Amino acid sequence: MEHLLSAEDITVETFNEIYETAQKVKGALREGRKKFSVLRGKCVVNLFFEPSTRTRSSFEKAGKFLSADVINISTSTSSVKKGESLVDTLKNLDMMHPDVIVLRHPCEGAPHTARPFVKAAIVNAGDGRHQHPTQALLDAVTLKEHFGSPEGKRITIVGDIANSRVARSDAILLRKLGAEVFAYGPSTMMPRYPEAMGIKVLKSFEEVIEVSDAVILLRIQLERQNAKKTFPSVREYAELFGLNRNRLKQLKPETVILHPGPFNRGVELTNDVVVSERTLIFGQVETGLAVRMVVLSLLCERLEKLKEEVQ
Amino acid sequence: MTRLLFKGARVIDPSQEIDEKLDVLVEGERISKLEENISSVEAERVIDVSGLILTPGFIDLHSHLRDPGQEWKEDIETGTHAAVAGGFTSVCCMANTDPVNDNPTVTRYIIEKAEKVGLCDVFPIGAITKGLKGEELAEIGLMVKAGIVAISDDGETPKDSKVLRNAMDYARSLGIPVFTHSEDKTLSAGGHMNEGPLSSLLGIPGMPPEAEDIGTMRDILVAKLTGAHIHVCHVSSKGALQIIEAAKREGVRVTCEITPHHFTLTEEAVKEFNTNAKMCPPLRTGDHVEACRNALKTGVADAIATDHAPHTEDEKLVEFCQAPFGIIGFQTALSLSLNLVREGYLTLNQMVEKLSTNPAKIIGKSDIGTLKPGARANITVFDPEEEFTLTEDLIKSKSRNTPFLNWKLKGMVKFTLHNGRIVYKTV
Repeated sequence: MEHLLSAEDITVETFNEIYETAQKVKGALREGRKKFSVLRGKCVVNLFFEPSTRTRSSFEKAGKFLSADVINISTSTSSVKKGESLVDTLKNLDMMHPDVIVLRHPCEGAPHTARPFVKAAIVNAGDGRHQHPTQALLDAVTLKEHFGSPEGKRITIVGDIANSRVARSDAILLRKLGAEVFAYGPSTMMPRYPEAMGIKVLKSFEEVIEVSDAVILLRIQLERQNAKKTFPSVREYAELFGLNRNRLKQLKPETVILHPGPFNRGVELTNDVVVSERTLIFGQVETGLAVRMVVLSLLCERLEKLKEEVQ
Repeated sequence: MTRLLFKGARVIDPSQEIDEKLDVLVEGERISKLEENISSVEAERVIDVSGLILTPGFIDLHSHLRDPGQEWKEDIETGTHAAVAGGFTSVCCMANTDPVNDNPTVTRYIIEKAEKVGLCDVFPIGAITKGLKGEELAEIGLMVKAGIVAISDDGETPKDSKVLRNAMDYARSLGIPVFTHSEDKTLSAGGHMNEGPLSSLLGIPGMPPEAEDIGTMRDILVAKLTGAHIHVCHVSSKGALQIIEAAKREGVRVTCEITPHHFTLTEEAVKEFNTNAKMCPPLRTGDHVEACRNALKTGVADAIATDHAPHTEDEKLVEFCQAPFGIIGFQTALSLSLNLVREGYLTLNQMVEKLSTNPAKIIGKSDIGTLKPGARANITVFDPEEEFTLTEDLIKSKSRNTPFLNWKLKGMVKFTLHNGRIVYKTV
């Protein structure tokens, strides 16, 4: 793998390798080991054009635990608009010889635009509504850990599917791994062509309850300008589309809950869900770190070294 | 007076229903004779064009020459150079210059500069409203006196139907058509590509074809109300074409144009976030492309127009959602139109109708778009079989924003004559 721009870039074989290695990494982390020499002498740049706490710190820790030099650059597109173009920013950074550039950007395809101009490997840490492949990896690893394999499982993503890079990435990877992917939420938040995304839209929460082996809840992005035009009120959203105590009880006993975080309590989920044993949400954070350690090692061609060190 | 004799071409002139091997004699600025075997002694210069096709010069109803105000993208000199290289001897240029062509001073500036350059006719299209703001009518009457051939607010067709009605009433009385970019911009707001399967996959906000359908319906209804001649620009949706077809059947004075990119490419061209495939209206799915081709075939679409819209590499080498809309089109129009002939959608005669005869009628010009003796000698001679690769070096425009870069194309302009003068040749 030269770059990781889309869940499309991940083959089943690569996924399995990432999965196996991530398990060992998690084992090591749980033993309290937080420093490996895998990426000593390597440089990782986190270039974030959009606010992020979770993903940015996850990549930062992943790099630091592996002894890479990590540089964080956060900027808003508005400041870039005044001067340097994305391509020029990337070209300049690339001249400082980073090995990996982790890029988050509000425009779909930004990493694809930058790719021809850099020698470093690019990890797409989220481009607009398009892709967030490490999120797909960590979700798929989480599901594989729980079910043994996502194959044949029915996974429903609930929320603003049309505007979600998580949904787009998850749908691609989970389907590659043999799962069936469904979607549910306000019809204003469903894509016009769900089949192009590889998902089927369900008609009611009852259907979600009936079919799902796993439910991935998405955060309602209240900060998005058009959010208020797509549903009438938070209260109505919570009532119609939120996962609450009552619905939680109706789910099949084996159904698990995921959420890419950060979640809005009282909107897409209630505290009952947060504290439920079915919730894999907090484990996802740990898995995310492990997966990103594996991805950085993979892109630096140090996967074997990582495997040795985490034995 | 110079006398130029073109010998041996297949002459196609739909205005006289001519399609045969004829010689063409040009005297000075005018066409003087079309006959079999005109004697060489009648001419000062004889040009052997056997094996080639000779037609009235192409007329582009829709282009952006960016002059005045955005000369870094294009100016009248480079723009008309690109035009004649594409076989166009007349181009209509949109009003969205800076300052806007909403007054006779700008209109005269454009016409005078084009005359000074002397490569082809430039017919300015005047703004409908001052500053393209959709509020107050521009000085349409004075601009008509200065030489505009139509009015349009380009991508900013007045949202206010009353303003549009007034403009259409006014245009009707002045005998000029209203060119509309028909789109309900409240429905397509925020979009950067077609709303289709690909936008669902890529997550790029889409512009639904229905936004074009709604805009087309509204604009046609206002035209019907006023009796004005409406010319719908760059139609790209199946629905809009159905609406236009129905309106034509009903007798509404409506004409429309289709661009080569809309009858050639689908939305798949933006898959790799290629900003040189980003334009408005956007490239749509195969069914819409097919509808565009068939509309040209059946005559629902009257003209092929380029919507030549230059933007520099710097402006296009950005994130997809930040790139401006538009691509250049003068030098690819002929070969892409010939593809429709090769694929059986159009006869060569129909193609010439769409590129020359009909555009002349739409802007009410009787001395161009025809090879009738006495008409201005605006002539295009091309080889339909000659292949070329569209390299950057071939592009005469200041900008190179085209999705057809490095495409192998078939159909090469050999001579372009403007007012009897050879303004471009590749022999």
